[in-house]
Amino acid sequence: MKEIVIISGKGGTGKTSVTAAFAALCNHAMLADCDVDAADLHLLLDPEIQQSHPFISGHIAKIDGQRCINCGKCFSLCRFDAINPPQTNDKYTVTPSSCEGCGVCVHFCPEQAIEFPERRCGEWYHSETRFGPMIHARLDIGAENSGKLVSLVRQQAHKLAEDKQCQLILVDGPPGIGCPVIAATTGADAVFVITEPTYSGKHDLLRVLELTKHFSIPAYVCINKWDINPSMAQEIQISAAKNGATLIGTIPYDSKITSAQIAAKTIIEYDDSISALAIKEIWHNFAKALNIEQNQGN
Amino acid sequence: MKIAIASGKGGTGKTTLSVALAQAADKNVQLIDCDVEEPNGHIFIDAQLDKHEDVTIPIPVLDKTLCNNCGKCGEICQFNAIVTIGDKTMIFDDMCHSCGGCILVCPQQALTEQQKTIGYLDSGSNTINCGQVHQLSFIKGSIKIGEAMSPPVIRAAKKKADQNQLTIIDCPPGTSCPMMTAVCDCDFVLLVTEPTPFGLHDLKLAVETMRCMDLPFAVIVNRDGCGDERVSEYCSAEKIPLVLKIKDDRRVATAYSRGEGLLSALPELAPKLRSLLDDISTWTKPATEGKQ
Amino acid sequence: MKIAISTSGTTLDAPIDPRFGRAVRFLVYDLEQNNFTLVDNEQNLNATQGAGIQAAKTVVDCGAQAIISGHCGPKAFQVLSAAGIAIYHSDGSTVAEALEQYNNGQLQAATDANVEGHWV
Repeated sequence: MKEIVIISGKGGTGKTSVTAAFAALCNHAMLADCDVDAADLHLLLDPEIQQSHPFISGHIAKIDGQRCINCGKCFSLCRFDAINPPQTNDKYTVTPSSCEGCGVCVHFCPEQAIEFPERRCGEWYHSETRFGPMIHARLDIGAENSGKLVSLVRQQAHKLAEDKQCQLILVDGPPGIGCPVIAATTGADAVFVITEPTYSGKHDLLRVLELTKHFSIPAYVCINKWDINPSMAQEIQISAAKNGATLIGTIPYDSKITSAQIAAKTIIEYDDSISALAIKEIWHNFAKALNIEQNQGN
Repeated sequence: MKIAIASGKGGTGKTTLSVALAQAADKNVQLIDCDVEEPNGHIFIDAQLDKHEDVTIPIPVLDKTLCNNCGKCGEICQFNAIVTIGDKTMIFDDMCHSCGGCILVCPQQALTEQQKTIGYLDSGSNTINCGQVHQLSFIKGSIKIGEAMSPPVIRAAKKKADQNQLTIIDCPPGTSCPMMTAVCDCDFVLLVTEPTPFGLHDLKLAVETMRCMDLPFAVIVNRDGCGDERVSEYCSAEKIPLVLKIKDDRRVATAYSRGEGLLSALPELAPKLRSLLDDISTWTKPATEGKQ
Repeated sequence: MKIAISTSGTTLDAPIDPRFGRAVRFLVYDLEQNNFTLVDNEQNLNATQGAGIQAAKTVVDCGAQAIISGHCGPKAFQVLSAAGIAIYHSDGSTVAEALEQYNNGQLQAATDANVEGHWV
């Protein structure tokens, strides 16, 4: 089984559109949307939810107003500004979005007035799509810890892929280079980076490649909308190679990608447009490079 | 006044707009790049970032000669950053959230705190003339590669700003901890989106976040015309002010790719942004009223 | 000597759980007595982070001197090594197969973690 994570560093480079197109091109892959902060893959793949599960992560402090004696110890110990001093005639309270779940206040409260229940942070789903099974998730508003949810989505995708004997796991990764991206990429067989020929795109690509190097994951780079700035595209190609990544192809600017999105379809299903052709060729080359079995006729 | 520029979805033009707003202002302004995982604002600003400092967090360090391997530090640690195995106590500092619990609980005073660098702040300033001459100070926060925790870097970047000056905060994408750290205690939030299904979906999440945090906000549609009308329809149904639409224009995309800002492609936008800043300051005058 | 094998089942025929930190449980086999006990790793499945570190502690606490698992990350490796526990990776499909490989001397003690940490 192979696991491929599609990331971009910079947001808005077309990562989800390309992931969905890959899903349409490969034969019964396991799909996982690890961009749990702003999960959009479902908008194109229309998953039918089979099971949903709560996502529990860590704990949260909760002050029992009955037992609190307003000594202020929790307030003085909390390093996350999560404890609010009492307003008139009131007791100390916790701001849930600021609470880190460290338990220091719970441990040191002289009255044992602070409870420490488990924290629900979102939901994750096992679904079926027209291209194969899919694991996706939704983080509650204000919930933290999307890195752990990313790990959970990947883990469940692995499990389901084994059950369903999928040969490939296709992961739509999060933007950036922080905790969620690290959680989405470590241990994967390859990272597919989609960038755009802009200064910001190049800048972010180099940070992403430093990360993949740091974790020794093979990186393949694809330049989307390359014709917006061909000389920048060339510059990116050179610096990608210098940083140990392989340039796997380029996709021309194509307004049909947005039209396909509005029609809730992948570009492959929507139209035989220039970008669809480019993506097909890229997938073919990428699958070959990674020894992934390919669909007949694609 | 602090204005945060945020969006659920990445790549909708947060940075472009933050820079343009800072350039269009008619008074001295600070621009803080809080997208610390992928900071890009500096590309569009000709500022010499001549001041450099480290962002550090405290992590525990063990004095083995004092430690009796009682294991209390490992028990209080919710993040599994300390473990005692037989006669060895080990610290994994990349898992540490700096809560200080282990230090407080150690009966031997064997743990002390040391600062560990997890990111950087670079700052500088520049004189801008986009119709109105003013000073633009720029603060860039960036996370050290391989480090996982961005909120402390975001907090440090925000703290560095002069509280009495107009401040524009370029936020990280998404709606989880980094974005919330960047927008919290701002006076107003501008949510930038694009008129596509992805844009709309992520805008809804961002709106939910704003309402949950009780922050006043408005929406800006970027690349207007490239998609459909559903974002505008959503805003009017939800009574969210849609304060600006920026036309989809290949000139902007090309200028952006060369590292040039929005105003160099569309200079006619400067007065509109200036009046938007004025409007926001009237809306936020009585700090608790006038939202939406 | 006792040896802990990560598994999702409860018998010798059960499959090896390739994960160490987030394995469902460990089957702790006593090579002298030829019997085994089961140790749940349940709380680690929901750990915020550091499951490998805690799983290593669980293994140490149950008195095992060696483990057999599919993958072992760098932090768990560090903890296990500090406790003097030998780490073996097996490609066998069941617990019994892994034990047989071990008894026949077909498993080599690992000298390094074989997967990157998962961070959370």
